[in-house]
Amino acid sequence: MIPSKFDYVKPASVADAITALQQGGDDAKILAGGQSLIPVLRLRLAAPSVIIDLGGIAELRGIREDGDHIVIGAMTPYHDIIRDDLVKQHVALLAQATATVADNQVRHRGTLGGSLAHADPAGDLGAVALALEAELVIAGASGSRTVTAKDFFVDYFTTALGEGEILTEIRFPKYTGWGSHYEKFNRTAQAWSMCAVAVAVKVDGGTISEARVGLTNMGTTPIRAAGVEAALVGQSASADAIRAAAEHATEGTAAPSDADAAADYREHLAKVLTGRAVLAAAG
Amino acid sequence: MTATADPTTLEIGKARTRKEDARLITGRTKYTDSITPHGTLHLSVVRSPLAHATITGIDKSAAEAAPGVIGVYTAADLGVEAVGLPCAWPITPDQKAPQRPLLASKTVHFAGEGVAVVVARTVAEARDAADLVEIDYDPLEPVLDMEAAIAPGATLVHPELETNESATWVFDAGAAGTGGSVDEAIAAAEADPDSIVLKRRFIQQRLIPAFMEPRSAVCDPSGEQITLWAATQVPHILRTMTTVTLGVPESKLRVIAPDVGGGFGGKIGVLPEEMLTVVLAQKLGKPIKWTETRSESLLAAHHGRDQIQDITITAKKDGTVTGLDVHLLADMGAYLGLVGPGVPILGAFMFNAIYKFPAYKFTCTNVFTTKTLTDAYRGAGRPEATFAVERIMDELAVELGRDPMELRQQNWIKHEEFPFTTVVGLTYDTGNYEQATDQAMEMFDYAGLRREQEERRKNNDPVQLGIGISTFTEMCGLAPSRVLGSLAYGAGGWEAASIRMLATGKVEVITGASAHGQGHETAFSQIVADQLGVPFEDVEILHGDTQISPKGLDTYGSRSLAVGGIAIVKAAEKVIAKAKKLAAHLLEASEDDIEFSGGNFTVRGTDKGKAIQELAFAAFMAHDYPEDMEPSLDSDAVYDPENFSYPHGTHLAAIEIDTETGHVNLRKYVCVDDIGNVVNPLIVEGQVHGGLAQGIAQALFEEANYDDQGTLVNGTFVDYTLPSAADLPSFDTATVPNPAAATSNPLGVKGVGEAGTIASTPAIVNGVIDALRHLGVTNVEMPCTSQRVWRAIQDAKGNATQETPIDTHSPGAGLGSIDPNNPQGETE
Ligand SMILES: Cc1cc2nc3c(=O)[nH]c(=O)nc-3n(C[C@H](O)[C@H](O)[C@H](O)COP(=O)(O)OP(=O)(O)OC[C@H]3O[C@@H](n4cnc5c(N)ncnc54)[C@H](O)[C@@H]3O)c2cc1C
Repeated sequence: MIPSKFDYVKPASVADAITALQQGGDDAKILAGGQSLIPVLRLRLAAPSVIIDLGGIAELRGIREDGDHIVIGAMTPYHDIIRDDLVKQHVALLAQATATVADNQVRHRGTLGGSLAHADPAGDLGAVALALEAELVIAGASGSRTVTAKDFFVDYFTTALGEGEILTEIRFPKYTGWGSHYEKFNRTAQAWSMCAVAVAVKVDGGTISEARVGLTNMGTTPIRAAGVEAALVGQSASADAIRAAAEHATEGTAAPSDADAAADYREHLAKVLTGRAVLAAAG
Repeated sequence: MTATADPTTLEIGKARTRKEDARLITGRTKYTDSITPHGTLHLSVVRSPLAHATITGIDKSAAEAAPGVIGVYTAADLGVEAVGLPCAWPITPDQKAPQRPLLASKTVHFAGEGVAVVVARTVAEARDAADLVEIDYDPLEPVLDMEAAIAPGATLVHPELETNESATWVFDAGAAGTGGSVDEAIAAAEADPDSIVLKRRFIQQRLIPAFMEPRSAVCDPSGEQITLWAATQVPHILRTMTTVTLGVPESKLRVIAPDVGGGFGGKIGVLPEEMLTVVLAQKLGKPIKWTETRSESLLAAHHGRDQIQDITITAKKDGTVTGLDVHLLADMGAYLGLVGPGVPILGAFMFNAIYKFPAYKFTCTNVFTTKTLTDAYRGAGRPEATFAVERIMDELAVELGRDPMELRQQNWIKHEEFPFTTVVGLTYDTGNYEQATDQAMEMFDYAGLRREQEERRKNNDPVQLGIGISTFTEMCGLAPSRVLGSLAYGAGGWEAASIRMLATGKVEVITGASAHGQGHETAFSQIVADQLGVPFEDVEILHGDTQISPKGLDTYGSRSLAVGGIAIVKAAEKVIAKAKKLAAHLLEASEDDIEFSGGNFTVRGTDKGKAIQELAFAAFMAHDYPEDMEPSLDSDAVYDPENFSYPHGTHLAAIEIDTETGHVNLRKYVCVDDIGNVVNPLIVEGQVHGGLAQGIAQALFEEANYDDQGTLVNGTFVDYTLPSAADLPSFDTATVPNPAAATSNPLGVKGVGEAGTIASTPAIVNGVIDALRHLGVTNVEMPCTSQRVWRAIQDAKGNATQETPIDTHSPGAGLGSIDPNNPQGETE
């Protein structure tokens, strides 16, 4: 790999990282797991003047319980998330979706924070954060702020992160006891999603009482399938009812057309996969 | 005491793990890029982003001023404007072969063609400066579609040729006297109510060989011989062709192919970059290194396949085939590769495959487009042929309402009919299609799966099952020099070997075959161990360096064992003859009384004898040896077989299709191959598995496409979707218990390197279509992606859908959704 020339710093604290970001100005880039940034540099699609590696900041890594939230440090690698007992118990959907990301090598390096900050609509974890109403904690020179996933994803590769800001942690409400499933469809087994559906449902006595549905790669940001959610709530968890609700999956989407799938095929997939995901989550 | 091998345990047939793997797997080896002679300078190529354009200006100043830059050069700067890269296969006397320059001077003819080079002190500096070379282009119309390219009024890739047609090559069995006229067969079938004529068009998409090690070359100009290290399959051919291209005397060149990380035909060429390292090393008096990036490799290394196949088959309604007519258009890309024009021609002799077609004709037109060159890719011509014939046999079966396997059986050459001379005049020496097929059907549970298929159809199961068949044969062991000569191929097909018996009884074997992942060192050691009766561990296989192995024709076309391996046997026979003479002398016996077995030369009826190692030592000491003999057991041989070898096999695929999403799942793959005698079953299994993966990849995953401007849209491994192990099932492979040993060579071996690739593609596609046929689907283009399958189902249902886009830049590009041409995702 031969990227353009850049300077490299590895701060030991969030404060130092923010200072480095400010000094680096426009051209500074944060490096997390590097699984998206390094290919971008390798193909010279970006030429930052300075790379600020967050890998030396211990406080950004780890998973903890905080009342009715599970809090995940931005630099926590996928590998840790998939295996974490707190995540498996309270935010199972996140573990399920993360397990579908790429291959083992990528999962050892890639981070939750990096994935969300990168905001690739084909990335798998945005839909999960959005559906599960996660909150993202952002640190900047003037302190820390929290934004909802809904407000975080702004556009294609664009988030609410401002210049000089760092995503530090992601707070997930607990979904203890909910059924969940991530249904992913791709061209080759370890590739990005052509389309995927993230589902968490609460089933009480055979009836769906609450539902969260997020769509991957059906627009310029992850998309919350509110129409499906509304159609599910109060329904019996039967195949017919679920399939009928899944017909709402394309509401509010703007499916892209690309070499993997034209928009009409993606829309079709979204409906089929939503039905399957909800069935699996409710079952 | 020196050990001799136990004659009761032959090496041939043992599943030895590969000698070379320890160094390859642990990375303790040297590839070309790891070779950096002192003072090496680095080369980076400035490539055209446009498919077809006039170069109107080149501004080198910024690049020349960049840190570490030694120089920026165009063809004119290097005085190489008149140098053309070789094409060694003029398939017809009037073949149009535009000169392929080392660097484009006036016009660029494909995206990725080099226009200038930067030489700098480090790789990074060379790469940085390459971005600073400003080239102005006037775009010309790209030429992308083969049929449009040969239509009147088409934009010309090379206007001076006045056509985009390079050559049309015809083989007509009627005219050649090897079979009947296909025109007559078609006319007869059309007139006969008891016959049918079936026409189909198949598309062989463009593929990228995608070897693991990117191409690389290092040239050191110091010393009496210029040394060129290259990641090549063909060091010997590269040496000769460097002489042909640049005029450096062959004796002044040493070419070394160190360990090479795969080729699949993709490293068979003579590259502009290789020639440029030589030119620049001579000019600057310093070693020059070039290593491509993966993106450069996908863009500019030669591609494979890319044919339009129009096939007509005629048959009696009872299923007996009566004729086969083949019309091909083959995309050469912008220039002719080293053997590119001959690749489709190699297929000419294989469309008839294992069947007794009485009449046959093959016509192929090679076409220029403004795309990357095509040339050999694993199977080279034979996968294309096998695909077409195996697909159309299935179509014929459907048309006649017959079981596809039964129809094949009716038409194939029966085992008792061998040797069999086919409609193209090749003589298949041995084969037993019944044996391989019976075993495969049993392993597969053909009847059981057909029942399950019936069931799923009846129940309207969302997951449908298809069974794909491919009963293939191929011609390989590329050689008979005389046959290659009759095809106007620019070289012979022999192979050379030498054996050196060292003083201590160890053995050095020199081969002209040039391994790049095949395991030659292991297999050849096994052969020599048996031939000479020495321990496997005592044999060293040397190759890939023209100073060590001065003579050879390298590795491609599944020729290493069937040609190179036999050359080694021939050399070993000479060693033994010499050793026998020396033994007779030392044992004071008549040569006729000396028996050789398991490494020992003994006097018949006595316990007197000498081990081969003792004789090697005696020859080295040379204190006592016969008058009429040189004191050496060393021997050379050059072997040129009289025939190809014809491996064959039966491949069966069970394909599940999720009709709701179009997803194709290869549930089970069984293949039983007859590759003659097996030297190393483990290596065979490895070759078959890898070959299957590549053939299946053509059927389901891979395609290289261009947008309407002629830009490659699959420029990274995210868009060029190679399957990984996670995409494939565990294959059930076997070789037949009683192989039909080849009679054309003393080991009875046939080639296996390409078999899996040649056989598997049609098995998969036949299976996909078989799963959907009852829904009204008659064809799915390759690769059969979920989207294509879904659309085929919708079409069959009469639901209009969009077209499957193949020329869009994918969000993907190695980067999730980043389009390299539009990284910010801006809308226009
Ligand atoms: C072969 C391969 C296959 C892949 N397949 C998938 C897949 O199937 N599904 C999927 O979802 N993803 C996939 N990915 C992408 C992977 O998930 C990336 O890891 C992820 O997109 C980015 O995470 P990272 O930690 O590597 O971030 P980096 O690559 O280091 O950074 C990505 C971007 O986010 C910014 N950034 C990172 N961290 C922060 C932070 N804390 N605050 C502010 N900005 C930050 C960086 O500046 C950069 O712009 C794949 C990657 C590869 C190489």
